[in-house]
Parts: sequence; C-alpha cells; structure tokens
Amino acid sequence: MIPAQFDLKRASSAAEAISLIGEYGDEAKLLAGGHSLIPLMKLRLAQPSMLIDIGRITDLSYIKDAGNHISIGALTRHMDVEKSDIVKQHVPLLAHAASHVGDAQVRHRGTIGGSLAHADSASDLPATTLALGATYVVQGPNGQREIAAKDFYKGFLESALAPDEMLVEIRVPKTLGGWSFQKFNRRAQDWAIVGVAAWRNGKDSGVALVNMGSTPILATSVSAALASGASIAEAAELAAAEAEPQSDLNASSEYRTHLAKVLVRRALEESTK
Amino acid sequence: MAGSILGNRVLRKEDPKFLTTGGVYVDDLNSEPLLVGALHATFVRSTVAHANITSIDVSDALESPGVVAIYTAADLGLEPVAATFNPMAKRTLLASGKVRYVGEPIAVVLTEFANQGEDAAEKVIVDYDTLEVLIDIEQAMTSTTHIFEECGSNVVFDSTAIGMPDNTGDEMFADCEVVVKGRFVNQRVAPCPLEVRASAAAWDNDGRLTQWMSTQHAQGARDTIQTANGLDAEKIRVITPDVGGGFGAKIAAYPEELVLGAVAKKAGKPVRWLETRSESMTALGHGRAQIQYVTIGGTKAGKVTAYQMHVLQDSGAWVDIGAILAPFMTRPMASGVYDIPKIEVRTTSVATNTTPVVAYRGAGRPEATAAIERAMDMFAAEIGKDAAEVRRVNLIPKFLEPHSTTIGQTYDVGDYEESLNRVLAAADYTKLRAEQAARRASGSVKQLGIGVSVYVEITAGNSSGESAKIEITQDGRAVVFTGTSPHGQGHVTSWAMIASDQTGIPMDKIDVVWGDTDLVPKGGGTMGSRSLQQGGVAVHVAAGELVEQARKHAARLLEANEEDVVFDKESASFHVTGTPAVAKSWADLSIALASDGGLIQETDYVSQGATFPFGAHVSVVEVDTETGQVKMLRHVACDDAGKVLNPLLLEGQIHGGIAQGAAQALLEEVRYDGDGNPITSNFADYAFISAAELPSFEVIHMETPTPRNALGAKGIGESGTIGSTPAVQSAVIDALAHLGVRHIDMPTTAERVWSEIQKQKVKGN
Ligand SMILES: Cc1cc2nc3c(=O)[nH]c(=O)nc-3n(C[C@H](O)[C@H](O)[C@H](O)COP(=O)(O)OP(=O)(O)OC[C@H]3O[C@@H](n4cnc5c(N)ncnc54)[C@H](O)[C@@H]3O)c2cc1C
Repeated sequence: MIPAQFDLKRASSAAEAISLIGEYGDEAKLLAGGHSLIPLMKLRLAQPSMLIDIGRITDLSYIKDAGNHISIGALTRHMDVEKSDIVKQHVPLLAHAASHVGDAQVRHRGTIGGSLAHADSASDLPATTLALGATYVVQGPNGQREIAAKDFYKGFLESALAPDEMLVEIRVPKTLGGWSFQKFNRRAQDWAIVGVAAWRNGKDSGVALVNMGSTPILATSVSAALASGASIAEAAELAAAEAEPQSDLNASSEYRTHLAKVLVRRALEESTK
Repeated sequence: MAGSILGNRVLRKEDPKFLTTGGVYVDDLNSEPLLVGALHATFVRSTVAHANITSIDVSDALESPGVVAIYTAADLGLEPVAATFNPMAKRTLLASGKVRYVGEPIAVVLTEFANQGEDAAEKVIVDYDTLEVLIDIEQAMTSTTHIFEECGSNVVFDSTAIGMPDNTGDEMFADCEVVVKGRFVNQRVAPCPLEVRASAAAWDNDGRLTQWMSTQHAQGARDTIQTANGLDAEKIRVITPDVGGGFGAKIAAYPEELVLGAVAKKAGKPVRWLETRSESMTALGHGRAQIQYVTIGGTKAGKVTAYQMHVLQDSGAWVDIGAILAPFMTRPMASGVYDIPKIEVRTTSVATNTTPVVAYRGAGRPEATAAIERAMDMFAAEIGKDAAEVRRVNLIPKFLEPHSTTIGQTYDVGDYEESLNRVLAAADYTKLRAEQAARRASGSVKQLGIGVSVYVEITAGNSSGESAKIEITQDGRAVVFTGTSPHGQGHVTSWAMIASDQTGIPMDKIDVVWGDTDLVPKGGGTMGSRSLQQGGVAVHVAAGELVEQARKHAARLLEANEEDVVFDKESASFHVTGTPAVAKSWADLSIALASDGGLIQETDYVSQGATFPFGAHVSVVEVDTETGQVKMLRHVACDDAGKVLNPLLLEGQIHGGIAQGAAQALLEEVRYDGDGNPITSNFADYAFISAAELPSFEVIHMETPTPRNALGAKGIGESGTIGSTPAVQSAVIDALAHLGVRHIDMPTTAERVWSEIQKQKVKGN
C-alpha cells in the first residue's frame, strides 16, 4: 500500500510534458488526476521511477462548443464535465456518465484524459465516448494526430497512444435523440460489473459496453439490427455479440452476458422514449 | 428540582474535538518524548497459504535505503507459544518452521522512515516448500494434512470434547409431522475498522516498557504484552489514545503488537508500527465463518418441537477466540426467542489456511440467530403459513422472572411478542403483504420481499463487573476513571451523564479517563456490549458512594450531624437542614481534604450476570428479477436494550449495527482463491457497505428494564447486527418465494439471486 520510490517533475505545458517523456522514456509515467495510477502504484502493480505531473496544465482544462462537436481538454475533471452546461445540452449522455464515476472526491480529481488514456474497459468514459463516436487528439514530439475512439482501445489497459504521446483533447459529436446510461454495480461508488452507454436517433444508434471484455466494446451488431428494423428486444439479444466477457470476483462471464442483454434492452427502451 | 438528565438526547461531549481538530490516534503521537527518533516497523508477511519455510535471506533487504535492522523469530529468540484455547497448537509470534496463512508475519524490518519499509520488506527472500492448502472447512476436517501437526487433526475444538452432549441424529424428529433440513453458510467477513492497527513501543532508562496501542482493552493487552516480554507487572504501561473502531477484532493483542517490545529492545530505539489497509484485511482477525447444518421439526399447525444444529466453525490458522464462540455463544443462544422442547447443538471448530477468526460484532450470537431464523422461515414455508405468525406461536411468553431454555441458558426478562407486534405495526405488515401480492399478481419485474426476525442475545456474558474511580479536583471538577475503553460508543458523554446525575456537577465539568494502565490499572475494556451495564453502573455506584462520603466530610466541616446534612443536587453543594446559605461545594470539600489524599471514591462493581436484549426487525427489499439486484427499501427495528440512558447514542449503535448486519446479508464476504490467496483485501474488492446502499432506518423504542443492574440497562452495541442480518436475508428470499426459492446463502449478491431464479425456471416453477 506504499508505492515504490519515485521522482516527480511538474510540466507546465503539453510540449514540456512530451519532452520530459522523451527524456525519461520507459521509466516515466504521466500523472493527471492520479486516481487510476496511484492505486496501481500503491498495490505495486506499477512502479514508475519518474512521474511527470500534468495535473497543473490549466490550458488543457476546458470545454468548448466547436460547432458540430464539443471539445474537451484532456485535463478536464469529471466534475467539470458532469456540471458543464455545454455538455449537458449537447451530449447529455456524457455528462450523465461522468456523474456516475466513483464518488464526488474521485470526480473532483480524476480527469477525462486520464480515464481514456488508462484504457480500462471497466471505466465508464471510454465506453461512453466510444458509443458517442468521439475522436481523441493526441500530441507527440512531431505534432498532433487524431485517433477515432473505435481505433483507440487495443487491449487490457492498452491503447493506440505511442509511448511518447499524450492525449490533449476529446472531440465528441453533438447527439440528437434519446440516450441512456445503465450502470450495474454492487455499490454506488463501484466500477460497473456491466455498463451500457447508448443513444438512438431514428435508425441511427450507438451502443457501447463497459466491462464486457479487455476493451470497451462497441455493440455494432445491435446498431446494425436496429438500422435494419429489428425490434429493441431482438437487437438487445445481440448485445454481447462483439464482447468477450471475463469471469472475475464480481461476476461470471455467463452472468455478464445476461446482464448485457437486459441492460442494452433497457437502455434502448429509455433512448427510444 | 430539575429532573434527571438520564434518558435524554444529550449531544456527544467528544464530538467537538472529533469534528474540529480530530482525534489523536497512535500514529498521531508526534510530540511524545519517549518516541523521539523512533524507527518504523514493517512486517514481512507470508505470500503463500501453507508451507514449510526452508530459508529466509535478508541480505539484499539490508542494503535497501533506510534499513536499520531486520529480525526474524531466530534473531529475537522467540519460543513457540501455545494457543489459549488449545494448548496443543503452537506457533512463534514471527513464523518459523512453517507458515499457515497468507499475511502471517515472518520478519520485521526497521527503517528510518515509514515509507522505506515496504521497499525493503519486498527484498526479503523467503523460500517455501509448499503444502496442501486447506481453505474449505469441510475439506480441512477430512484432510490428512494437519495445519498444526501436534494437534493430530484440523479439528481444534469440539463441543463434545468438553462434555457437551453430541447430536443424536434423525431419531430426534421421529414424532414430528414436518421436518425441514438446511445447510447455511454464515460467511467470513472482515471487521474493517476505519483506523487500522497501530502500535508504538519505547523502553525508558529504568527498563520499563511503554506501549501505545489501538485496542479495545488496554489492561488485557498489558497482561499479554507483559507475559510475552517476561516483565514484572510494574515494568509495563499500555496507553490507548483515540481508537477508530474495533468491532471485536481489537480485543486481544496480535503477534505484531506482542513482539514490538522485543524489537525495540533489540534495536535499542523506540519503534512505531502502522499497518496498511491491505495488511489489515489479511492480518486483523476475521469474523463469523460458520457452516450450519440445521434440522427443524414440528406440527403442521406450526408448533416447532425439535431443533438440531451442527456448527462447523472456521477457526482460521490459529485457535483464537473465534474457535470457542460457537460452543460458548452460538450454542447457548441457539433456540433464541423460541420455546422449543427438544434441542441439540454440536459445534466443531476447524483450522484452515486462512486469517484467524476472532470476535466480530455479535460474536457467535448473530450466527445463532441467523440459523434459527432461516430455519423458522423454511419451516413456515413448508407448512404454507405466514413467517411472522409461525414465529408468534413459538415465542417464549412474556416473562419478568428469569427463564431457562431447554439448552440451559437463563434469560433475565423478555417480552418478545410485544416487540414483534410493535415492529409489524410500524412496518404496516399487512399492507406490505398486500403490496407484495399485487406485484406478484401483476408479474412485475421488481418483486417485493419482506423479512421478519425476532431475536434475543446475550450481552456482558463474558465478564463479571467493572471498576470506577471518581476524583474531585480542587476547582470542583470530577474526573471519572473507567476500565471500559470507548472507541466510538460515547462513554465520555454517558459516564459524565451518570456522574452528573448523582453529584450535580455539570457535564462540562466532568472528564473521563480510560485506557492508560498507569491511571486505570483495572478494567475489562469495551466488548460484548458490556460497557454501560457494567462500567456505567460502576460509575453510578461510585458516584452514589462519593456523595455519601462527601456528606460525612461536609458534616464535619459544618459541625453538624451527618443525618442533618442535605445534599442539594441543583447547586451541587451540602448544607445543614434549614440553613442553605452556609454550604460546602465539591471544591470546598476537595480543598479541605487535600492533605488527606483528596476526595476520591473507588468502586469495584460486581455484576449480577449477563443480560439479554431482544427485539424484532422487519426489512423490505425490492428484487429485480431480471438481474437479481437487491435494493433495500425499508428497515424497521424494534430493539429492547432495557432502560435507555441516551436515545441518541442508542440510535447510533442501532444504525451502525443495522448497516453492518445488512452488509453481511447483501454484500460482504472475505474470499480466497484455490491457493489460499486473499482476493478481497482492499475496499475496491471487499464490498464494505456505504450509506448509498441503505435506506433511512426506522427505529422503534421499547424498554423492558433488566433487574440485574441499578440502571436497568442491557447492551445495545451488537443487537442491530443480530436482528438485521436475518431480516434482510429473509426479505431477499421472500421476494422470490412465489418462484419456489427457499434459501439463498449470504451475501445475497445479484448473481446469486439471479442464479437461484434460473434454477427455479429450469425446475419449471
Ligand atoms: C475510488 C475510486 C473509484 C473510481 N470509480 C470509477 C468509476 O466508477 N468509473 C470510472 O470510470 N472510473 C472510476 N475511477 C477512476 C477515475 O475515473 C480516474 O480518475 C480515471 O480513471 C483516471 O483519471 P486520472 O486523471 O486520475 O488519471 P491518472 O491516474 O493520473 O492516470 C491514469 C493513466 O493514464 C495516463 N494519463 C493520464 N493523463 C494522460 C494524458 N493526458 N495523456 C496520456 N496519458 C495520460 C497516466 O500516465 C496513467 O497511466 C475510480 C477511481 C477511484 C480512486
């Protein structure tokens, strides 16, 4: 419960952070809100010898209306996403999902960029932004590039970010129509055993699953079925088609599969209201 | 004259401190002179569940930054010590030879700074020859691998071995019209006090050991630390600063605390120790951990005539108090509130490769209640009658004289039916059943479950009294010295109320001192819901005697006859009848007695025996039949703890108790993988309950004073846990009763509930 020894350097800009990663290489880790990284370090599952603190890069904490989409700086705290009028108006699903992350303390410290970069399939925001068709802007020594959320998640805690890159902005298309966020957990503050983020606008929809495999899962079969006129109940039966749910302390894979179907059905019903 | 303060909702005197500057816990003792320059202890713990240790190599670890020393059992010359409850079982305080559970301490690393310890501990290399790992109680009972070889068996305590009768088997039920059997798991849970264990040890130049500890019982800890260190009684002092919860798990001193003195002596420096939460989850004792084989039989009309139980108690990897709670706490309370003519209970305690089992809130009684309440529900279901009504016909009728049960336990007073009536009325049971019927009829996804429990428990069963001392200072304040040891219960408030009630000294002029063995050498600590009925009563008696003593002194000073001296509580002073203007205050008397050793009253109160709080709970839950998720909607509790001293403190105990009890029914369970690795050793994995999972509790008062003490008080510290667990579990099962579900083991997690529904579907129900 006490991390291994490490040093800490504070970056005041994205460029400085990236050059520090370049300098320290494998030994270094970016520290944003610390609410995923520090627990891993305390359990000694991560032992970086250098932390580059990006938590004070204030110009990466913003929420902007950019026309077709909204832009969120990577260092924006969950609480700011949850409370933002812009997010509530244009991407209410995201504001609502952010309000389900951990407890108030966690939401005041944790950042959206940290949550996505950590690429934990059990987290709420990777699946939510995936359902919403978000694009992530990352910056490296040679400038910025864009990665679609659906191309970002590569495996358990593994993303398309290169070791010397940093996530700087999240672009989320404005959504029309209904939406729903279903989080199924043991206790209010827990990670989801299974979660569903969904929106629906006529034949168009986006459905993604939390904790149904090593990455957040885009339930494309569900959306395809809906597009071709299937009923909600029929589409929901396909909820786990893309998933490879694991068995763990909290649920067997069989139970997870069942939950996904029930929760997708409920999410679609709510989105269709 | 103003009425008594007793019985009022007096705010906690201790809260301003806790809410502003905060408590001072062991790890906060920063300006303690004896601890200047203290080293920090970190324990190297076993990473395997069962193995012979082939070697311990500390050479790498010694090079780690900040390391001052590393000691093993051999370095400290530790000899094997026998378990109190089975002297054949032996271990060294730091494991040597073999390890028996993951988390068992093997060596201690001393570092300059606290944060250096874990780095170094990780570098101590222990080589193991692994042995068969026994996690399952029933597997351990039959295995030829013995965790304590010298015991010749993994059964470390059996009720039949101490002369209690064995169970006779099925013939006991030959004349029953209805017989129901069950196997219930009362799962292992972790006490989770918010303050983990902490201790600090320092030797002074005279060879005297002072040890600070987060404990429920300083005097008990002093005695065991004294023995462990081979000290004379005057050579040791134990001090308890504020303690952030114990729940029974901090009653006795643990190996880490027992070796700290030897460690400090060898290092020649004071030593501090603070465990982490992950350590606490594996090395602080666990609770419950029983498998119960139950048979209940009776008439079709609903009268239970025979009850039989075989308890398999998991003792964990030591023979601690957890091994004897089953025979001495579960067994005598097995028939609970019911008048059952034939009853047999055998208990078998078994060592396993898991964290040792100790006392945990209720300690043996919640297990008894859980078993009989489950059995009652299953019996009622079998004969197709309402669970509350079947309970009613079997209750022991109201008694105000001692009542002895078939198994041989004598209860003080009881009116179980009244508590059941009150709770059913408050819950509006009939209406709840109607709503349940309506939901069933409509086939609603969300079904309603209603659980009823009626319980009686035993409090202050393990101790015979308490001492108290009251000293009046020259400025007229009272200092109350108590042998109890508050760690959240509010004794500072309660004892001040009791002393104020007798002496007229206002509560803000009363201080309470506890937990320092130099200041309070005698004491039984706080456990088993004993404090008010023994420690509080001792203060009550001492305060009464103090007034009588003071009256004598006042008579002398006022040059009057003792019988002419009036004590006026309102002004807290003594005067001669008819001349109130000439009065002696407490301060006057204290000053006058200064040269005679001051004004002090000391009392050893001998209790007249245990008391038996009782009550009834109704829990209402909603079960999502598609997912199995349970939501608690209401919890109504009627607990009778006798005469109530302070309803606010009483409710606090009930609320916490209900929460912990509901947590066991719904969420909490300590789990191990097949290799004996703990998989629930932090609060992300171990589902410690929070306010968000609980409804607001509805607490109904009922007061049947016990004749066994002057305050009429019984214990309330554990009742909430005892009554709530079976009510909540029963509610979950009741929600699915129409589907054919008769039992679901705790914790009733969503997946378990869902699986049970699936099973019934397969059966075509
Ligand atoms: C008690 C508790 C409960 C929680 N419950 C939930 C929950 O219910 N749902 C949920 O979704 N989450 C939950 N979380 C996690 C929380 O949301 C974290 O805040 C979030 O996952 C990580 O964000 P962070 O800013 O704290 O990242 P950090 O912990 O600082 O970093 C996480 C990882 O991302 C990297 N990183 C951080 N920022 C960037 C960046 N801009 N570019 C590249 N890499 C970066 C870090 O190097 C690190 O590897 C919980 C956390 C706690 C402690």
